Amino acid sequence: MSLFDHSIKQLEGMLHKKEISAEDLVDASYNRIHEVDDQVKAFLTLDEEQARSQAKQLDAAPDENAQLFAIPAGIKDNIVTKGLRTTCGSQFLKNFDDPLYNATVVEKLNTEKTVTVGKLNMDEFAMGSSTENTSYTPTRNPWNTDYVPGGSSGGSAASVAAGEVLFSLGSDTGGSIRQPASFCGVVGMKPTYGRVSRFGLVAFASSLDQIGPITRSVEDNARILEIISGHDKMDSTSADVDVPSYTDKLTGDVKGMKIAVPKEYLAEGVAPEVKEAVMSALKVYESLGAEWEEVSLPHSKYAVAAYYLLASSEASANLARFDGVRYGVRSDKADNMMDMFTYSRSEGFGDEVKRRIMLGTFALSSGYYDAYYKKAQKVRTLIKNDFDNILKDYDVVIGPTAPTPAFKVGEKIDDPLTMYANDILTIPVNLAGVPGISVPCGFSEEGLPIGLQIIGNAFAEGTVYRAAHAYEQATDHHTKRPQLGGAKS
Amino acid sequence: MADISKDEVKHVANLARLAITEEEADMFTDQLSSIIEYAEQLNELDTEHIEPTTHVLDLKNVMRKDEPKEWISRDEALKNAPDKQDGYFRVPSILE
Repeated sequence: MSLFDHSIKQLEGMLHKKEISAEDLVDASYNRIHEVDDQVKAFLTLDEEQARSQAKQLDAAPDENAQLFAIPAGIKDNIVTKGLRTTCGSQFLKNFDDPLYNATVVEKLNTEKTVTVGKLNMDEFAMGSSTENTSYTPTRNPWNTDYVPGGSSGGSAASVAAGEVLFSLGSDTGGSIRQPASFCGVVGMKPTYGRVSRFGLVAFASSLDQIGPITRSVEDNARILEIISGHDKMDSTSADVDVPSYTDKLTGDVKGMKIAVPKEYLAEGVAPEVKEAVMSALKVYESLGAEWEEVSLPHSKYAVAAYYLLASSEASANLARFDGVRYGVRSDKADNMMDMFTYSRSEGFGDEVKRRIMLGTFALSSGYYDAYYKKAQKVRTLIKNDFDNILKDYDVVIGPTAPTPAFKVGEKIDDPLTMYANDILTIPVNLAGVPGISVPCGFSEEGLPIGLQIIGNAFAEGTVYRAAHAYEQATDHHTKRPQLGGAKS
Repeated sequence: MADISKDEVKHVANLARLAITEEEADMFTDQLSSIIEYAEQLNELDTEHIEPTTHVLDLKNVMRKDEPKEWISRDEALKNAPDKQDGYFRVPSILE
């Protein structure tokens, strides 16, 4: 049994009783990384020397008030870490070795004395659903390395599933925490927009991006979120709303809870084995005393189209900052400044990033703005209204996280639209700005995990966690571990 | 309206400061055309009286006092720059 099969609360107890040390935890992390990361490729950068010396210091000065004392963490590589290389999975930032400050979430983890083990692989600038768009080596799914881990936070999900770290942070713009959590059989939360500060998160689509935790259990997830949440004066879009204790909400009691199940989430295109897993999860909820009813989110089918126009438009503006002047790579082919911008960007960005920058530039360009960008914003209103209407009468909305289990490496990479369709069940949640979690709810015939998505009202993460935790405690999917090397568990 | 021409793709690439080869222009024209064609389904919806959502939070302007404070030093700001000289970012010539 690995140390990482314990919850954070258990590990903290063991640390305080001196049954284990900070060095033991950091050892466990790097031993596992050295054992399996050649296969998984979850990490882009390791910080081993610094992490080991930090562990020694922590052992010399135990602190029972630090809530995540000596807990090894992985950080998605679009979250800036002072002095630790931050690439966003892009060649453009391959030499960005010395960021000047920590993201607010990293500062908050540091205050609770976590140990940052390294930086995690991702689709370039978080654009993708399989981590194949990284400009480094793609991450593989720990359950079967012929399959993708999902994306864009593929490294974040795979590292937790493979037992390399106890938890990780990811970011979610259209499903980038929940879909890889679903594919890798772990718990991934996208909080309400504004719940967690985005200061230090390299912006992709600023009105949609949120940082959230990926863990093995709902309890650990709730614990991390209550630490990283809250208003931040460095992010004017972070919400000034009190952060409750999410772990206090994990009562196991869902008696009388009202669950809405959108028929669009179990429609054509959702794999039969995914439907079955969700239906049996609903039976578990029934047995726990919750009630569910079929509802409709009628504008769901338009979410992917609206999302790609809006997210790409915002990205085309956000990525204008990569110009080869202040950081990142600069092309040596140019002898005037305009060419320097153009060549640096062309050499530094991969195809998916170029595609989305061009789509966004097009949607925002003169003559097309009303037809595409503004139209998509209006459709966003309709999608948000769908959720607002349903969540007036129900506590949570439940459906699958992704229409299928993980797909094979290379299977969808050549067709952008097929790849985009993966996010059809997660994108509406970002457009509406509400919180959503993915928890393991079964396995496909091929032994790949299936995720259950639970969606709640804005700032009702506590209710989402309560529902997720009650289900988790009534089932044993979350206790299964991958056997690395492609074997079934 | 559903199509984007190769010339438009080249124009958009230029606006976004991206250099693309003829081959890439062909590829992006095909791909962007199919994405834009897919996006046309939004026109099935009547949105004439719908307000656009730019942001889900009901935020007004968030103001702070305009007070100078310590942030990063000049040396720090230049630390990750590809080229610098005499305390400035250095770039190729702007005028021909």
